[in-house]
Amino acid sequence: MPDILVEYQTEIWVSIGETFIMVGFSILAALLIGLPVGTFLFLCRKGQLLENQVVFSSLNLIVNIIRSFPFLLLVIFLIPFTRFIIGTAIGTAAATVPMTVIAIAHYSRLAEQSLLDVPKGVMEAAVSMGASIKDIIFKFLYVEARSALVLSLTTSTISFISYSTIMGVVGGGGIGDFAIRYGYQQFRTDLMVYIIIIMVIFVQLIQFAGITLARKIDKR
Amino acid sequence: MITLNNVSKRFGSFEAIQSVSLSIKSGEIHGIIGASGAGKSTLLRMINLIEQPDEGNVLIDGETLNHLKGKRIRQVRQSLAMIFQGYHLIGNKTVFDNVVMPLDLAKTPKKGRAEQVMESLRFVGLEALRDQYPSQLSGGQKQRVAFARAIVNQPNVLLCDEPTSSLDPNTTAEVLEVLQRINQEFGVTIIIVSHEMEVIKSICERVTVMADGRVYEEIEIEPTGVHKMEHSAEGFIKRLKSSGDINHA
Repeated sequence: MPDILVEYQTEIWVSIGETFIMVGFSILAALLIGLPVGTFLFLCRKGQLLENQVVFSSLNLIVNIIRSFPFLLLVIFLIPFTRFIIGTAIGTAAATVPMTVIAIAHYSRLAEQSLLDVPKGVMEAAVSMGASIKDIIFKFLYVEARSALVLSLTTSTISFISYSTIMGVVGGGGIGDFAIRYGYQQFRTDLMVYIIIIMVIFVQLIQFAGITLARKIDKR
Repeated sequence: MITLNNVSKRFGSFEAIQSVSLSIKSGEIHGIIGASGAGKSTLLRMINLIEQPDEGNVLIDGETLNHLKGKRIRQVRQSLAMIFQGYHLIGNKTVFDNVVMPLDLAKTPKKGRAEQVMESLRFVGLEALRDQYPSQLSGGQKQRVAFARAIVNQPNVLLCDEPTSSLDPNTTAEVLEVLQRINQEFGVTIIIVSHEMEVIKSICERVTVMADGRVYEEIEIEPTGVHKMEHSAEGFIKRLKSSGDINHA
């Protein structure tokens, strides 16, 4: 291992831990809130089971606005909200707030698009068999879209890692922030390059895991 | 008895079904034939209320279905199985898991489900393929899985929307044979929509001819296979055949 990584290994492990916390919360938020929001968006579309133009347009607009924000500005814009929720706008815990907000918007859109790929006939068969909305979602939609949903979550997770590098501005820490503070700002370009390599390895591993899982569960 | 009383359906400004009335007796195999866009599939989908009629009533055994909602409409749909041209199987589920789905949705006791599924699969001759996925099956096998799924919870009525349109002649014959056995052995009322005259003639007892969203003619098919047909309907079907909208053997 390069000497410089050995020298900073404690700080690097702490930073990796901070990134895991921020990205972990983002993934949780994406699954627990983003997926239902994306599903609801899909079902409220024209021609779908819960077709409702007002609800769809409103939700669609909110998701679009959040996704349109430059992430750095979103973090700053959400400071009062973060302070209200966490009690402070500084630190890793505070950083999870804007991260979860963008995660929900990001994954809800990708989930909606994944569900659009489910053949309409499958939905039609579900309705004709007397399935309830809950049955249609869990026994038909998610089953048919599971591979696309995994791939979407993989893409989202990689984006969350990228977003997390910005969280240094509110003291969120993380591996990206470490690269900027210790590598760029202290003119340790070699350290920055090593950190970038570590991040690239992370991303490759996540992508590989996502693709492998998606392929394994896709029987269509 | 299935009764449609003056049902109409519009899609925007297009009148898909215009004041259609139709009665189908229990245990009958009833055909609906017509050119593309005649409204036959829409009419079929009104029977299980996948399409809600804008006007008129749908009655099954005297019960008006139009205003049913929630659990009750789902229960009615569970007794009206449907078969589609595109099979509409769940690609990520095995044959067994596809066929068990209606039992799962109807919340039948888990004990005994496997036997019911295997009985259905045996009926269509696919018990050996229970662990295969739909992507591993031929078109005819997929349609037979769809039949097994349709009959697994013993429906009263089977609605078939162009069930043989994407199948070759040999497979079509096999599928029609399965349909006939379903009718004869279980007494299931079958309504079959098709644009293939040969399919309709070979298994139906009565045929409704549709054009431009209206019922053009009702035809009795005699057991000999010769169909008693009003002269006007004969001419109409000939026109459809010559225009290529109806296939005829």
